[in-house]
Amino acid sequence: MNSTAPHTLSANELAAIRADFPILSRTVRDGKPLVYLDSGATSQKPDPVLDAEQDFYLQRNAAVHRGAHHLAEEATDAFEEARHHVARFVGAQPHDIVWTSGATTALNIIAYGMQNATLGRGGDAAKRFALAPGDEIVVTEMEHHANLVPWQELAHRTGATLRWISVDDSGRLRTEELDTVVTQRTKVLAFTHASNVTGAITDVAAFVRRAKEVGALTVLDACQSVPHLPVNLTELGVDFAVFSGHKMLGPTGVGVLYGRTELLEALPPVLLGGSMVEVVTMTDTTFMSPPQRFEAGTQPVAQAVAFGAAAQYLGEIGMDAVFAHERDLTERLLRIADLPGINVIGPLDAVDRLAVVSFTVDGVHAHDVGQVLDDYGVAVRVGHHCAQPLHRRFGIASTTRASASVYTTEQDIDTFVESLQQVQTFFQVN
Amino acid sequence: MEQLYQQVILDHYKNPHGKGLAELDANQLGGESHQVNPTCGDEVTMRVQFTGDGTQRTISSVTWDGQGCSISQASISVLVQLVEGQSVGDVEHVADVFRQLMDTRGKGFPADDEATESKEDLLDDANAFTGVSKFPARIKCALLGWSALRDTLASTGASADAHAQGIKHC
Repeated sequence: MNSTAPHTLSANELAAIRADFPILSRTVRDGKPLVYLDSGATSQKPDPVLDAEQDFYLQRNAAVHRGAHHLAEEATDAFEEARHHVARFVGAQPHDIVWTSGATTALNIIAYGMQNATLGRGGDAAKRFALAPGDEIVVTEMEHHANLVPWQELAHRTGATLRWISVDDSGRLRTEELDTVVTQRTKVLAFTHASNVTGAITDVAAFVRRAKEVGALTVLDACQSVPHLPVNLTELGVDFAVFSGHKMLGPTGVGVLYGRTELLEALPPVLLGGSMVEVVTMTDTTFMSPPQRFEAGTQPVAQAVAFGAAAQYLGEIGMDAVFAHERDLTERLLRIADLPGINVIGPLDAVDRLAVVSFTVDGVHAHDVGQVLDDYGVAVRVGHHCAQPLHRRFGIASTTRASASVYTTEQDIDTFVESLQQVQTFFQVN
Repeated sequence: MEQLYQQVILDHYKNPHGKGLAELDANQLGGESHQVNPTCGDEVTMRVQFTGDGTQRTISSVTWDGQGCSISQASISVLVQLVEGQSVGDVEHVADVFRQLMDTRGKGFPADDEATESKEDLLDDANAFTGVSKFPARIKCALLGWSALRDTLASTGASADAHAQGIKHC
């Protein structure tokens, strides 16, 4: 990680970035300036992204990969150019980038593809994905439900066993358990790059190394990492990865399934229909090569184009600068750990950690914390953040989560911290 | 903020009625319901004991345990206060009026409606939840306990209207 201090964002650069986000200048709850600290759930969108989507509809809208007319050519070019932008952004080849409707869909495509392989679909090439009783799928205790439930169900359907790497008291994965939990029986090791609750960044290299030792496939949930730190999927050496557009300044409804070329070529498709087939008879069908094999039906074309614009936007700022900026914000956010009655669930230092800080307030339920913060214009997330097992591990049902992004300011954090103290005053717990 | 968190609500939250599950009397009709709010993980387990039969059936006790926000916990406490000792028919009516209140988007019952006064009399402390109805995300919190009660009435067959079941997670 970038433990040295690279170029962060100057005040002028940050102001220029914020000027690109119209929503950040609106007010909420009777005139309070919006302090948006819910970027871990979904990010706000800058003008260049919104313009890219609108421009597509205004000037180039047509069905892609079919039709011989002028608009169809331009639409297809824009669609494929976006794939290049997103691929470059994460250090991948464009043909290894599959558009999906989101990261959840992408994870399900892998899991259901493996089930199809288990059922014998995909021929010999797909046998590497087949599971049987005795095989094991390993996840972690800090997964988002999207990277847990599909594997649970796959285990139930195939007879494989689900195991997991646990979380220590500081909210980090116990990487040392890789040696005992990941074994020759492990066929899949699915894990998050960064927790959407504790903000802890996973030692991906250690996970990949262990998976390679035992011949297991790696599946990386990069939803929280790709928007906030430099990520090169090729260098990380993972087999599959997923991330979504809407958490990285892009639109909703579009995400990415990344797979190493040979794996995408071997994985049986899950969603079947138009645009992904070669020859169709009444009894059989041959499928196109990836990525089209996994892109059945009409794609979210305008959204993919805007997703490409988001990757360009972040790329122009530079992910080193984004990460450095957010690291400063992390340190500022973590000041709440020193306040009486506030308990941070996650690492208390800013090393290998995102600006995602979840916490409890003694004597005040998360819903009530969020409600009072909202009254000061501060938008946070409350609840279990789609990570019930992680909350259960800490013996709690819910937390309040503040999460930052490239456009977040120190003033935002300060307003949040001041408002948090008002929560304690309101409920008379300080 | 004060409109949402009325002092009545904070008082019930700090000193809730009926908290701590009591053993059910096997000689009387009784039932238990467990409800969760899937968006926040809040949960309640409620035990309801009945006495009497048919139209004379009344709720003799409601006890509960659970975890949740001030709105959900206070709402359950108010529920206990409102329904203990009441006939099942009357309780279902109160529950219905409370759900109506939750649909008023923070405005409460209309001042020019002649039914308003009797509804407000009926709801007593539960009128404090008028402000909650302004916040769509919090209405579920206020209804958590009422859903548990409805579920218990339906599952025990105590309900005056056997069809008043159905939606379990409001």
